[in-house]
Amino acid sequence: MNTSKYSVQIRDLDLHFGEIKVLQGLNLDVGEGEFLVLLGSSGCGKSTLLNCIAGLLEITDGQIFIEGENVTWKEPSERGIGMVFQSYALYPQMTVEGNLSFGLKNARVAKDEIKRRVARAADVLQIEPLLKRKPGALSGGQRQRVAIGRALVRDVDVFLFDEPLSNLDAKLRADLRVELKRLHQQLKNTMIYVTHDQVEAMTLADRIAIMKDGKIMQLGTPDEIYNRPQNRYVADFIGSPSMNFLEGTLENAEFSVGSLKLPMTGYNFLNGSASNGDTTIGIRPEHVITGELVGRASVQTSVRINLVEPMGSDTLIYADLAGNQIRIRMDGHAKVRTGDDLAIGIDAVRASLFDKKTEIRL
Amino acid sequence: MADTTPMSFDAAVLTEPRGPKPRRRLSRRNIFLYGTLLLVSVYYLLPLYVMVVTSLKGMPEIRMGNIFSPPVEITFEPWVRAWSEACTGINCDGLSRGFGNSVRILIPSVALSITIASINGYALANWRFKGSEVFFTILIFGAFIPYQTMLYPIVILLRELGLMGSIGGLVLVHTIFGMPILTLLFRNYFTSIPEELFKAARVDGAGFWGIYFRIMLPMSLPIFVVAMILQVTGIWNDFLFGVIYTKPATYPMTVQLNNIVNSTQGVKEYNVNMAATLLTGLVPLVIYFISGKLFVRGIAAGAVKG
Repeated sequence: MNTSKYSVQIRDLDLHFGEIKVLQGLNLDVGEGEFLVLLGSSGCGKSTLLNCIAGLLEITDGQIFIEGENVTWKEPSERGIGMVFQSYALYPQMTVEGNLSFGLKNARVAKDEIKRRVARAADVLQIEPLLKRKPGALSGGQRQRVAIGRALVRDVDVFLFDEPLSNLDAKLRADLRVELKRLHQQLKNTMIYVTHDQVEAMTLADRIAIMKDGKIMQLGTPDEIYNRPQNRYVADFIGSPSMNFLEGTLENAEFSVGSLKLPMTGYNFLNGSASNGDTTIGIRPEHVITGELVGRASVQTSVRINLVEPMGSDTLIYADLAGNQIRIRMDGHAKVRTGDDLAIGIDAVRASLFDKKTEIRL
Repeated sequence: MADTTPMSFDAAVLTEPRGPKPRRRLSRRNIFLYGTLLLVSVYYLLPLYVMVVTSLKGMPEIRMGNIFSPPVEITFEPWVRAWSEACTGINCDGLSRGFGNSVRILIPSVALSITIASINGYALANWRFKGSEVFFTILIFGAFIPYQTMLYPIVILLRELGLMGSIGGLVLVHTIFGMPILTLLFRNYFTSIPEELFKAARVDGAGFWGIYFRIMLPMSLPIFVVAMILQVTGIWNDFLFGVIYTKPATYPMTVQLNNIVNSTQGVKEYNVNMAATLLTGLVPLVIYFISGKLFVRGIAAGAVKG
């Protein structure tokens, strides 16, 4: 097997806890230097998968390769990985320096080398002034930096992050997110990052794997995931507020629900041409056209506003379209009131069509 | 308003309620609270007071019958007699020999039982193996079996091992009987330590013993203190195992105390008996005083995290 251009490869991975099948026949290739985000709601198996890669969980079946080497039976410390945990998991009785050098001492790295690597990690993460402190005397952000440093000193090719920012407050989370991205650009390591926060996923990832019930629902770039979701689950999961779904029928490349008719001209069908049958259309709230641009949209109609939610930067509008409640995102300056009629336009190119039964993209 | 009536405003500032609300010292609540505390303290301390007072009196003074009165003439002679001269059977070297025996039983028993139980608890909490839950259940079940049912089988066991009547035999018995409750204690404490810490140590290349000694041990001082107090008081105060599994030369202090107090020959020397009892109770008492703070903290730590 040619494994040279992949950093981490997972083959037919199964993990069962008794009767419960947490991961089933999972395959995943992570490229050299790639930032891969495992995204999903809690219980989807994303953290479990990360723990399997780290070797912290015994797998039921399958193989794991890291840097071309089969590490399926190897100890976590022998796999060439560094890991950062949600709760930081710093050793409370050791100083920051002790925390950073613990793994190196276990690996019997020479003293000078330990010193050099700790100094370098401290420099990269700007934690030199903290080296003599204990974790108890650090703030949340500083603790997470030290935790990242602990992975950094190991000089490994693959970093595993298990929801590293979830315990931080919103402001700090945004700061550290940027810092992580910068760190990745600087170090060019392979990073596998577990999160349930789609903003983190969209901003950090080269590719995102969206997981559900132990399976990968879609693996693609943030742009693919957002604009061309492969199934209804992914379409619904990504985006906030989430996508509007209307159930209708597709006939001769025209989608119809009630009195509304949407000719799908310009829509990029997966297998090249439109089939007929029961279909669900998905339209993102931000892709519903309002204001002056309505005139240029392929389909134009008017809706009655049920509810207005001003959110500062945006205004969210709830309205009825062909018997379904839809959400429309307008900008914050929009002067609209409940009860008004609003002219909207829909662009077929930016919509997504799903087979109603299989929920797979057409 | 404030401009037109400055005087009345100032007056209000001086007389109206402001700052912390004053509390009455002799409120009904306080009288009830402190009264109860006082009553309970007296209830607990009076016997101790009688013992201390009696142990400092001479026999003629005791015979006068005022057990609550303080000693007219303080004498330490009963203490000396209890320690080095009181007779049990043909031996007349007091409690000192029993003290020596008890120390020689206590130290290895406590060290051994805590060492083994902490490793047990650590393994059961962090290195789950197939059947570890069953193993744990069986071990805990052991805590509920009455000691009396096991007395005779252990006699046979010790005889076969050639340890009957020796201090080593009693150490073994104490270690085994301490195992269920101590293992439970340690397992629960180690379970309360975040699992991610253990995972991080594994990624850092620490093994079974590395994690035990370098990560878990430094974090578990409170639970070790709790275990130590439980074992020191339990083993020091033990009478049943001591009287059954040792012989007169190796009797622990408690058995010797019983023999001194219950000896039927001659006059009852109440002062010596009281002094002997206080001497025997001194070790657990000292342990409590030294480690009381840590003991409470340990129990609280387990309660909050567990």
